[in-house]
Amino acid sequence: MDTPVQHEDTYVERLVDMDAVMQQVAEHKGCGTEGGNSKPSCGSSAGQGDMPTEIWEKVKNHPCYSEEAHHHYARMHVAVAPACNIQCNYCNRKYDCANESRPGVVSERLTPEQAAKKVVAVASTIPQMTVLGIAGPGDPLANPEKTFKTFELISKMAPDIKLCLSTNGLTLPDHVDTIARYNVDHVTITINMVDPEIGAQIYPWVFYKHKRYTGVEAARILTDRQLQGLEMLTERGILCKINSVMIPGINDQHLVEVNRAVKSRGAFLHNIMPLISAPEHGTVFGLNGQRGPSAQELKALQDSCEGEMNMMRHCRQCRADAVGLLGEDRSAEFTTDKIMEMEVDYDLDTRKAYQAQVELERQAKVAAKQEELKELAGSASDIKLLVAVATKGSGLINEHFGHAKEFQVYELSTDGAKFVGHRRVDLYCQGGFGDEDSLQTVIRAINDCHAVFVAKIGGCPKSDLQEAGIDPVDRYAHEYIEKSAIAWFKDYLEKVRSGEIEHTVRGDADIRQGALISVA
Amino acid sequence: MAFKIIASQCTNCTACEAECPNLAISEKDGTFVIDPAKCTECIGHFGSPQCEAVCPVDNTCVIDPNYPRYQAAAE
Repeated sequence: MDTPVQHEDTYVERLVDMDAVMQQVAEHKGCGTEGGNSKPSCGSSAGQGDMPTEIWEKVKNHPCYSEEAHHHYARMHVAVAPACNIQCNYCNRKYDCANESRPGVVSERLTPEQAAKKVVAVASTIPQMTVLGIAGPGDPLANPEKTFKTFELISKMAPDIKLCLSTNGLTLPDHVDTIARYNVDHVTITINMVDPEIGAQIYPWVFYKHKRYTGVEAARILTDRQLQGLEMLTERGILCKINSVMIPGINDQHLVEVNRAVKSRGAFLHNIMPLISAPEHGTVFGLNGQRGPSAQELKALQDSCEGEMNMMRHCRQCRADAVGLLGEDRSAEFTTDKIMEMEVDYDLDTRKAYQAQVELERQAKVAAKQEELKELAGSASDIKLLVAVATKGSGLINEHFGHAKEFQVYELSTDGAKFVGHRRVDLYCQGGFGDEDSLQTVIRAINDCHAVFVAKIGGCPKSDLQEAGIDPVDRYAHEYIEKSAIAWFKDYLEKVRSGEIEHTVRGDADIRQGALISVA
Repeated sequence: MAFKIIASQCTNCTACEAECPNLAISEKDGTFVIDPAKCTECIGHFGSPQCEAVCPVDNTCVIDPNYPRYQAAAE
């Protein structure tokens, strides 16, 4: 740590830079109409394990709180909360663009009544939709009337849907009793720091009790309120997930301390997400060149916190109006115009029947994995490696290489297959024509992987992948991910042992800073 | 005697509407406007104009030079 005097100097310099940047932020037009404040949203890894039954019941069908559930169940967000009470340097309220998918971005603002109708319409179309979240585009608790009115309407119209919200925490202590009253059983708080000196580099201001506070004072108010809110929620048995944005050089090391602070206050899950930052977003960090972490940097930090508590690694940093499975966005199918024309009949029995089918699929998948794991039990090896998987959900290898919008990443060792993340990629193949540059983008995104599992892959990308040292594997098409990955790994270890191949360590990979393009 | 909103910079986030102690801010044709007849620059209510303090875009809620500054009524 710097001496106090030196620190002050750097801080003043930073403020000067910030003024120039803030003006650019004000002038930035984005490429759309409405914007929102960054409100990252949306788990835990495998099955129940040693989790108490009452907690398992709350999370097992929640795609954001259970990694296993996210392959099967969908969530939606309704954008009823446009106002925010803090400013984050990774957010620009103006930005909205059809090609943009990141927290705080929405295309349409909804009234609570429109939102309730949308939820019922989506739940009737997508029976695996089990969770409704309010995540912005501002802060749900800076719009308490709209947020709680929406919860009230939905709990009457669709009583089986779980309610959750995602907040910056500034006004959280004032609303904990109301949250408990509406049976909101999952709350996410975005906590990027517990040290106000670090906070001052992330938050230019907060609006609290009718006054704008800036600098260290603002960050101190925010951290006090966040931690107080967290304690009040966990005292009431409400599950809390903590989202943290990893900003290299600002809070990357510090997030280990944040992890300890939130764990000691009863947080259930910690989700460390990479900063999304590009000049075209018009954010302070985008404009001042602040970079996001690489895939290895992110994984190293998540791994170092994992001994402390559950880490979420399947967050897609979705929009405040996202609809569908994590990793897909079907919001364009449910615009306000389309919803208002829909005749909707909420059929609870059909939803229950569908979900019972999903449960059978889940059990079959777990059983298949257990069987394959037994086979692996005999082999001992220190080798740990990553593989990428193209999937559309249900825990199956069921996506073509060229159609994948993202790849899921599993770490393989003699302990089995563990989900450790995902990589967004642009659509490599649009209309059947592969594009060379896009293929390079995909290779850079999964460059740390030894193999990529796909349902199908063309000849050209296959040879390019092999050239890059990534094994394209299509022989497990439409089979279970974990079972197949373990079978492939057993084979791999066998070949290394026999000397047929040599095990090498892979390099780092890029985290894409842009669009998850939704194809409506 | 009033603040105004620079429409081209406004994000329609609604934050100012909820904070205004005079109910002077409303949505009109897809953007937010301040009724200069109702605006008191928050004098007598708060230490700083609330719309300006909560607005996410700098220099968007600003003094309208077309009006004389608000004077609080003499006690």
